[in-house]
This record gives sequence, C-alpha cells and structure tokens, in this order.
Amino acid sequence: MSSPNRKLSYSLAINEAFHQTMEQDDSVMLIGQGVKSPWYVGNTALGLISRFGEARVIDTPVSENAMTGAAVGAALAGMRPVVVHPRMDFMLYAFDPIINEAANWHYMNGGRLPVPVVVWGVINRAGEQGAQHSQALHAMFAHVPGLKVVMPATPYDAKGLMVAAIRDDNPVVFIDDRWLYNTEEHVPEEIYSVPIGKGIVRRKGKDITVVAVSYLVKEALQAAEILAQDGIEVEVVDPRTIKPLDEELILDSVRKTGRAVIADGGWKSYGVAAEISAVIAENCLSSLKSNIVRVTLPDLPAPASRTLEQAYYPRAAEIVAAVRKALL
Amino acid sequence: MPYSVELLTELYRSMLRIRICEERFVDPINTREILCPVHLCSGEEAIAAGVCAALEKSDYILGNHRSHGHYLAKGGDLKKMVAEVFCRETGCSGGRGGSMHLIDPEVGMLGSAPIVAGTISLALGAALASSIRGDGRVAVSFFGDGATGEGVLCESLNFAALKKLPIIFVCENNLYSTHLPIDEIRVNRQIYQMGKPFGEKCYRVDGNDAIKVHEQARRAVELCRQGEGPVFLECLTYRQRGHVGPDDNVQGTHTDIRPAAEIVRWLKKDPIRRMEQHLLKQALLSASELEEIRSDVEKEVAEAFDFAMASPFPDRQDLARYVFSQDAAEAADAAKGSSFPNKQEEGPYVFTQ
Repeated sequence: MSSPNRKLSYSLAINEAFHQTMEQDDSVMLIGQGVKSPWYVGNTALGLISRFGEARVIDTPVSENAMTGAAVGAALAGMRPVVVHPRMDFMLYAFDPIINEAANWHYMNGGRLPVPVVVWGVINRAGEQGAQHSQALHAMFAHVPGLKVVMPATPYDAKGLMVAAIRDDNPVVFIDDRWLYNTEEHVPEEIYSVPIGKGIVRRKGKDITVVAVSYLVKEALQAAEILAQDGIEVEVVDPRTIKPLDEELILDSVRKTGRAVIADGGWKSYGVAAEISAVIAENCLSSLKSNIVRVTLPDLPAPASRTLEQAYYPRAAEIVAAVRKALL
Repeated sequence: MPYSVELLTELYRSMLRIRICEERFVDPINTREILCPVHLCSGEEAIAAGVCAALEKSDYILGNHRSHGHYLAKGGDLKKMVAEVFCRETGCSGGRGGSMHLIDPEVGMLGSAPIVAGTISLALGAALASSIRGDGRVAVSFFGDGATGEGVLCESLNFAALKKLPIIFVCENNLYSTHLPIDEIRVNRQIYQMGKPFGEKCYRVDGNDAIKVHEQARRAVELCRQGEGPVFLECLTYRQRGHVGPDDNVQGTHTDIRPAAEIVRWLKKDPIRRMEQHLLKQALLSASELEEIRSDVEKEVAEAFDFAMASPFPDRQDLARYVFSQDAAEAADAAKGSSFPNKQEEGPYVFTQ
C-alpha cells in the first residue's frame, strides 16, 4: 500500500498512469508529437521510452491527421493507443479520424468492433501565445455522439481518469490544462481508476452551487473561501467528465441550493456552460431562486498581450462576482 | 508465371461473385427498395480478388465507399453484405451503416468509410499494431485516384516508410474522381510514383488483369512480411457504372460525364471475360465448367437477396443501441437516457497550493 503522504504533481500523476497501464497491458501504447520532449508533453512521458521502448512510445512527424488515424486504426486492430496532441489547437487537423471515424465506428458498424482509443489534448492557455496556441476546444468534442470527454481537475483524477480512459472500450477524449500541471496532492501509488461519467462535490455549501470544470475547479474553491468570509456557503461541483455528464449530481446540488453559477474555461456560446445551464433549466427550473450565471471565456479569440489575457481568462474573482450577482 | 487451376478458378469465382451481386443491386435501387447510396464496383473486381487472394484471413483490409468487392473478396459474408445494403437488422453492420460501412472483423475486414482517404490512416494504424506486436500481419488500404488529393495520404506514406510498416497502399485508379476526369484533378497520371519520394517500392499494374494484380500483390505481401514494406500499388481500372448507383454517367445524359466510346473501350477489357478467355484458351476449364461456376454463384447471390429482403429492418426501439461499447445493463440505461452507472470508488480530493 502506498504512503498516505505521497504527493504527486498533476503531470507526474498522468505519467504514473502510463507506467502502470503499460506495465499491465502490452496493448497500451503512446503515440504523438513530442513524446520524447518535455518541451511538448512536460514530464508526462518521463521514462516511458527507456522502459517500454520506441515501438510502443512513438514520437511522430507533424502529421496530426494520419497519426490520430493511425491510433484509431491500431485500436481497431486490438491495441489500446493513447494519441497525444500537446496543443489541442493542432488537433483540429485530426477532426476526421476523431469524429468521422472513431466516434462513429462502433455505431455505424452495428457494434462489431470497439474503438478503445484515447485522444489526449492539452490546453495551453495564456503566456502571450495568442489565438492558435491557447484554445480550449473541449465543447466541440463533447458535442459529438460516440465520444466520451473527461477533464480532470486534480492530480488524483488525472491519474484515475487516464487509467479509466485507457481501459474504456470506447474513444475517450482526455483534455487537461497546462495550468494544472504543477498542482500537487496525495495520489495513491497503486493503480486505480476514476469512473467516467461521475462528478464529485468538492466543497459542500447550502447557498449556491458553482459547477466548475478543469482549472476553474481550483478557482471556484478559492472563490468559495473568499465568499465564506462573508458567510456565503458555496457548494462546488466538479463534473470531471463533461460527456456523459453526471446530471444527477449537478441537479441534486442545484435543487438544494436553488442557485447556480457555471464556470467553464471554454467560449460562452454553445459551450459546456450553456449545456449545463440547459440541463438545469430543463430539469429543475422551479427550484431556481435566481437566474443562472455563466463564467466563461468571452466569445472572441485568445489575445497575446498580457493585459488582454488578464481580461480574457476568468479566475476566482470572476466567480466571486458571478456568485454575488446570482445572490442579488 | 504459371498458376494452378485452383488459384485461377478462385480468382474467377471471386470476381464473378462480386459482379453478379453488384448487377443484382441495380433493380432494387431503381425501384427504391434500396435507398442508401450504392457505389457499384463492376469492372474493378480484379483488384479486390487479386489482392485479397494474396492475403491470409488474419491480414487486415480497410475500404472506402466502393468496397463491396473488397469485403467479398476478403471472405466477408455475402448474405450479411446484401442485407446491409438493404439496411436490415441482419446486415453486417446491423443496418446502421449501409453500403458504405461494411465490416467483418473475423476475416480481417476492419471496415470501410466514404470520407475520401479517411481509412488510409486507419490501415496505417492496423499495420502499426502488427509491427508493434510482430505478428506478421499485413494491412491493405484500398483507395481511389480521388484520394490522392488528400493530405493524409502523404502523411501516411511518409510515416509508413519511416517505420517500415507492413502496409500496401492499393490505389484503384478508375480515372474519375466522382465526376471529374483524372486530368482535371492531377498534373500527371503517374499516381504510383507518389510513394517514390518516401523511398517506397512502387508498382503500376493493369487492374483489369486479375493474374497480374495477384502476382504483384503477392510480391508486395512478401516484402511486407519480410519487413520491407510499405508498398504502393497502383491498379489501372475503370468502373463500368457511374460514380453512384446504376447511372452510367454517359455524356449527353443527365449526369453527362463519360464519353460513350470510352466506356465501350473499357468494356472490352472486362476483367471477368478476360479470365474466362484465359481459362478456355489454356484449356484449364471447359465452357461447361465455367457455366457451372456461374450458376452456383447466381444461386448463392439469389439466396443472399432473398435473405436480405426477408430480413426485418432494425427496431426503432434500438435507435440508441451501439453508440458505445458497453455491457447489457449499461446499454439499457443508455437507451433510457440516464447517466452512466459506475460503481468504482471515489478518492480523496484535496488541493495543495
């Protein structure tokens, strides 16, 4: 058993998931641009090549479409590939193998062949990287039937959801955020999985529900601390998986508090916050004591300059303001 | 190279089965019993038959929108294919895919899809899987001349060559990319040379000659098994029918694409008639033996159509079935629209700053 004090960063938690799943199962493989280089994937692929060899840990040419297709094809042929896109902006080149092929294959072939592929995309927001190095495109994938989309907010979940994604017989889009990579917490040494499709209440509260996704979970918890000083008890719900969404967990919380703020690091229109708002409106409108408030990116491309970035990315302060607005 | 009468008979039977089946689709398409788009491969049978006869059952193939021939030649179940084109529950894809989504994993047919070039990288991945496992399997990607316009082909050619993957890129060049003649989509017709800059072995073969296709495919398979893949194989052919359905796309008609004289010229190169003539001329089979094969195949195809048309359509209750691979209980829950049950335990969630 592992020490209860063993702490691990988010990125090393992902790394541990690879070490343990690859050790357990010869069919697990990692393919994608930059798996040899911390420049691309941080330390998430640390030690994998030396332990498992270049046949199973494959750094690739810049060919997102074919490399993602190859991962999907290898899955059809019985492997359990993880294909990494170190900046998910480049994943747009791979829409065809992800959406046309992987997402549809099991359905359009009457369940004859599963597609156990993990498509791993990393969001690299801010740092004056501009519009094509910073995008958070998770909602686009969550829109597509046949894909599961997970967005772990903690090191524990990063490891557990990567393990679950690899073990799942379906295409899973695993989306993490570079902002989380240095987050640390206790992570068990043994292999475990976090169930796909199950969210969690991160903090209990009776006054208002904040549903927060990915890096905004941390910001929401900070916001809750700030608001607690004014006697406002915020309940923070982390869906962990955005598709399929743990609707019951969210609805139970909103029914209890009667108010909801949704915080998502994607664009506002047609996004995850819009979807969660719709789920609440469809199911428990009568429980609401005030309008739902969304905290998201504004509907505009990511800017480069730091002054604009500060205005662009929501943080705890924006969540605090949204909660106060909902409580007015 | 002399081939056994068994092999030549196999190639003949394989081609004839495809042709008779394809032509049998014409009536039900015209009467709209079949609604899904059907891309007939009449005239191109020698490629499917010649290549697949060089493969083992465990080898992989991936097809495209025009893949009835590939599926059948690889050993896919005929009844299930016809039923799929009729979109019935008994089809190889349970009526969820139709003509463009044929699959039979038990014989290595991993699927087909109409996104042009979309399955090339999937075949690349199947070859990669084989190479990682070292299991000696070969993957074949069947695509048309139209797919040479897609970037993913070049990406795949590069990666396959880089990793020496056991994959054969089979381009069925039928001279038309839907409605556009090849000279309107490419500056030259030397498609087989596309593999050369990547250091691949590239061949061009008469795609209406099943023996030549087979010879070249055997060599390609051998190279792949020896770790000397990939191989690019361009097969020159012609579809006797138009792009989709039984419309022949003749100039002067509604679709107005192909000169009538060109069609006539290619009909004279019919791969099945050529094989018949070869078998007769070499006195390998008699006219009555050929006739016997034909009547066997006609019977088998007729039975497949009877089976398909007598089969039920999928039940509308099953609309949500197969979105995910999952156990029966979860499938039932998914159909009800509930969230996914999962009993795995949850862990501690404490942030440290």
